[in-house]
Amino acid sequence: MNKKLTELYQQLKQKGLSAEQEELITRELNHKSSIHYSSTREKGLYDDTDFENFMNLSSPERDAFSYLKTLDELLEQDKKREADGFPRKIRIGKIVKPTKDNKAKVVVVPSTNEPKFYHDDSITEDGEENTGGSGDGEEGDVIGEQQAQPEEGEGEGQGAGEGQSAGHDISSDAFDLGRIITEKFELPNLKTKGNKRSFTKYTYDLTDRNRRFGQVLDKKATMKKIIGTNIVLENIKPQHDFNPADLIINPNDEIYRILSKEKDFESQAVVFFLRDYSGSMQGSPTEVIGTQHLLIYSWLMFQYQNNVQTRFILHDTEAKEVADFYTYYKSQVAGGTRVAPAFQLVNKIVAEENLATDNNIYVFHGTDGDDWDSDGKALQDELEKMLLYANRVGITVAKNSWSSSNATTIEKTMESSGLLKNKSDLIRLDVFTADGASEERIIEGIKNIVS
Amino acid sequence: MELISQHTKKIMEECKVRARDAGLVFGDETLEYIVTNKDMLELSPKVMIPTLYDYWVHDVEVLQKQGKYKLYPNNPYETVINSRPAISFYNDNNPDWLNIMIFYHVLGHIDFFQNNIMFQDTWNDDFVGKALADKRMIANLRTEQGRWVDYIIEFSRAIDNLVGYFGKMASYAYYDNINPTKKVAFYFDTFLQEIVKAPEHEFFKEIERYNKLVSQNKNVAESLFFSEVRKKHPEFQAIFEKQQDIVEHKHSDVIEFVMNNSTFLNREKNLWMKSVISIIRNTSMYFQPQIRTKITNEGWASYWHDKLFRADNRIKGNEVAYSKINAGVTSISRVGLNPYAIGLRLIQDIEDRANKGKLSYNFQKISNIEEREKFNTNTNQGKDAIFNIRSNFSDFMLISTFVDQDFVDNHNLFVVGKRLDQQRGVYQYYVKSRKGYDYQKMLIDSLYHPPIIEVDVDKTSEDNLYLVHKFEGKQLIKDFIPETMVGIEFLWGGSVNVETTEIVSKKNNDGEQIFENRKVLYTIKDRKVTKHNL
Repeated sequence: MNKKLTELYQQLKQKGLSAEQEELITRELNHKSSIHYSSTREKGLYDDTDFENFMNLSSPERDAFSYLKTLDELLEQDKKREADGFPRKIRIGKIVKPTKDNKAKVVVVPSTNEPKFYHDDSITEDGEENTGGSGDGEEGDVIGEQQAQPEEGEGEGQGAGEGQSAGHDISSDAFDLGRIITEKFELPNLKTKGNKRSFTKYTYDLTDRNRRFGQVLDKKATMKKIIGTNIVLENIKPQHDFNPADLIINPNDEIYRILSKEKDFESQAVVFFLRDYSGSMQGSPTEVIGTQHLLIYSWLMFQYQNNVQTRFILHDTEAKEVADFYTYYKSQVAGGTRVAPAFQLVNKIVAEENLATDNNIYVFHGTDGDDWDSDGKALQDELEKMLLYANRVGITVAKNSWSSSNATTIEKTMESSGLLKNKSDLIRLDVFTADGASEERIIEGIKNIVS
Repeated sequence: MELISQHTKKIMEECKVRARDAGLVFGDETLEYIVTNKDMLELSPKVMIPTLYDYWVHDVEVLQKQGKYKLYPNNPYETVINSRPAISFYNDNNPDWLNIMIFYHVLGHIDFFQNNIMFQDTWNDDFVGKALADKRMIANLRTEQGRWVDYIIEFSRAIDNLVGYFGKMASYAYYDNINPTKKVAFYFDTFLQEIVKAPEHEFFKEIERYNKLVSQNKNVAESLFFSEVRKKHPEFQAIFEKQQDIVEHKHSDVIEFVMNNSTFLNREKNLWMKSVISIIRNTSMYFQPQIRTKITNEGWASYWHDKLFRADNRIKGNEVAYSKINAGVTSISRVGLNPYAIGLRLIQDIEDRANKGKLSYNFQKISNIEEREKFNTNTNQGKDAIFNIRSNFSDFMLISTFVDQDFVDNHNLFVVGKRLDQQRGVYQYYVKSRKGYDYQKMLIDSLYHPPIIEVDVDKTSEDNLYLVHKFEGKQLIKDFIPETMVGIEFLWGGSVNVETTEIVSKKNNDGEQIFENRKVLYTIKDRKVTKHNL
């Protein structure tokens, strides 16, 4: 890998590079060595309590269930904060976690932090954390090891291989997230294509839920409610078996499906997610792009349900398609950056599978703005090809802090191509600094590229 | 929540008798409740105070960013609430012998709460009752002011770690007649040092002159002293009178200063906010001693549960089960810090040292290891010594006084370093140092220590509050600064500055990474935060 990159670098160098570009490229080449790792923390002075030590009572992990009850209320309250002129505080969890069978799961948990002036302990003289220990061992002896975990958002799981079903699971859970963030986003330039019906047609279906009465009893939802009620009544206790016959059923727990007006769906759009996962993306840019794409994905899943096909492409100097969102979201940063191959791959897929005739095509690309092809010729060619069939191409540049003063290569390429002006309806570019980008900014970004 | 059974309560009362006989001192009344998992769920965010005010953040997962920001403990929740009467919580299915052990431990805590000087402000409080009154008041205000109450709670909590706990404690340490008058204090502390900038020898000469006059005739010393001053510095009196207000403010913490001086808060229609802020401040104040005595308190309670339990004839036959739990609680970890273990060892060590007369200058000046080991003057003052620790020490004092090379050697302790092996993708733990000093420093570094942020009165005006962060080698968590300032700006009703120091990494000429401290000023005006270098 490294050898290949170095060759590419030499090639580019021969063609001539400006000092600035050279710095960017070498920075990226050397970047790989500094992937952030996190590890579990050792017990500190304030972690122990009498409860745990003597009675095995710990502050129970609060599960998503106990939070969800108040979610809508909290979000309502958060909206008012904005009206009152204060920054929003509730963050809706973008927790993607692999479950036992290796399926990804999005769990929606409202979370917040309580900012105060705290000392930042992350910077120490020698970059090491210290703690106490006891027992044998000379100074310098290694007494234990712990597997380092790459930090959230850059996780393991490179390469496809979890199969289609895994991809499916995430969508059902992403649904909730989508419901929350759907702030009247709509796919732009949606056209009726092929002989399939449009998104805006309605049908009547048993989809709405109602308590106490309705056409069909929704057994799963009802069961959940009954369990919830009985947890509160303490008929069901964690780690204890229970007898289903003892459960009390409140009439309010019965959830029925009733007939309601629904949009009529037929698969009509294909959305491509493209993400730069090169070395320079490490840290905030990856986090920001990952989050943004997760939000877009969740929103699509909610708004257009299963009639949007999604495709995922990762690129560094080369592009590859991955099977599902989980792999896409979790894959690790590596290597250098060339943007053109990613767009080339999209063009290839669309052409080979003849997607454009029957589908609206949307392409969302996330990058930090680096591109080793400084002239951008290849990228421009691919983009022009793409814009002949695409309904919208949305590019998000989440800049690294160190490049924020100048326009990035991508910005320059886009600027010089004139596409942003000539085809402003078809292509959008949104640029912001990744460091400290808030959730609002990210959502704002979605608005910018889909409006 | 229900009280423990009569049977169990009887056991508790019996424990009290034995604990008193051993020398512990605590109030007669205590309340013991059974706590279930569901109770824990509700109580733990409220620091186990059932009557604490409601706040929506308690219903949400609070992101702690573990690992990255290591630990910034919130208020510690404990089995025992330091209230009058003391309240403690138990599992409902503990066997009797285990309850005896826990009761002794709890009584150790109660004794500590009620006798340690750090807690003196809480000695007359029925905190649970007070909290209930506060909770009702906040609920009441909510019906009038709606969500604005929650904003005020939020903004006050944003600075509730900046309460001047030690400042308040320090003021108790002086008897009234020891404190010099304001005028004298101003003359020496501010006038000579900051305004006149007198050279040191002159400063000491003045002190000497003052002390001499006091020793001659206390009553007229001050007027005699200042008649001399008037000749030399005729401007003194005027400056003193002008600055008198400001001097008073110098000693108040950020919350207090904002409450007293914000024109916004002191408007008639906003006065209710001050009540809310006071509640938050008092609640924070209340927990300050607890978080600053974690090691000492747990050590003390563990010392007594062990001592009293083993002497208790009611536990016959359960010695093995006891030992297992006791070892689990008080064994020193191979890696990691256990306040029970360290506290217990320190207290046992101090008792041993005092029994042998080692807490003396005669011992300290010996440097020969063998002689140090053999040293024993049979003074048998161990018990006095540990009771003295219990009454007067905080964690910082305990560690800085008694964690030394002997302690580290006796218990085979060391500082563990944790480094990343990039190649293999593993963290390695290694023995970094066995030096007493390093171990002590590591412990002190892991103690709770909020940043010191004070009001610069000279740069503060009605429209602008100027805060200065005293840099102690650690920068503030940058992500949190702007949001925290939003709250302060609201409470102050004008722009706010925070002067702080940040650590920037740079490359020097040789391409090596070096760190540099840079002073920066954050400014918030109309809810927009800007930052520039100073």
